[in-house]
Amino acid sequence: MKKFFMGALCGLLNGLFGSGGGVAAVPLLESSNLEPKKSHATSVALIFLLSIATTLSYLLGDKLDFGLSWQYIPYGIIGAVIGAVLLKKIPNSLLRRIFGGVMLFAAFRIMMK
Amino acid sequence: MNVIIGLLSGIAASMGFGGGFVLIIYLTVFTDTNQIAAQGVNLLFFLPVALVSLIIHQKNRLINWKTLLRLLPGGILGILLGAFIAAHIDVGFLQKLFGGLLIFVGCRELFHKNTDSGGEKKERKTDTARQ
Repeated sequence: MKKFFMGALCGLLNGLFGSGGGVAAVPLLESSNLEPKKSHATSVALIFLLSIATTLSYLLGDKLDFGLSWQYIPYGIIGAVIGAVLLKKIPNSLLRRIFGGVMLFAAFRIMMK
Repeated sequence: MNVIIGLLSGIAASMGFGGGFVLIIYLTVFTDTNQIAAQGVNLLFFLPVALVSLIIHQKNRLINWKTLLRLLPGGILGILLGAFIAAHIDVGFLQKLFGGLLIFVGCRELFHKNTDSGGEKKERKTDTARQ
């Protein structure tokens, strides 16, 4: 039941802000005793599945620009390989600190909007 | 520039750092793409990038499928609810609240003690429950 609400919270943030669900998902997953690396990898899987739903809703609303997206996707895929290899190798503690920094940056951006 | 942004976003996305921030910030601040269009680009970008990451994460056995499956039903419900709320209320105020939450969690993660003791995890559990 707790997992249901945790999932709902991630989904709620994703639905509300378009992005941001992942930032919430990682600490939620870590709080259920998942180690940081697994929390990050599992959050990617969760956001991936949730993003399919969001993408469909954008598609129905005709809000997708495929041409612009394709300018970034090939490099993104190369980046994905680099990131996934790094995640396996990076120490958990360093991972949490980097992520903490990313969260503060995200917070700063949201507050400045 | 597209190469650098694409690479950086891909690295961040595959590590679960929210690669969307890199791409959306770049698109909205440095090109004149509006927020909704940028979010759409980010979604389309994220799907193949996440798929590639997940294949590698799966090989490295970093995905906890059991937890994932238990989170999913709530997640789908949450997305629907979130989209509904976003359409009916002032999201600006909610974003400020979310920003506050991020500052709190971000500081905790950034300045955490370098131990993985059970006590610390329990403490974090009650914090997230409260929110």
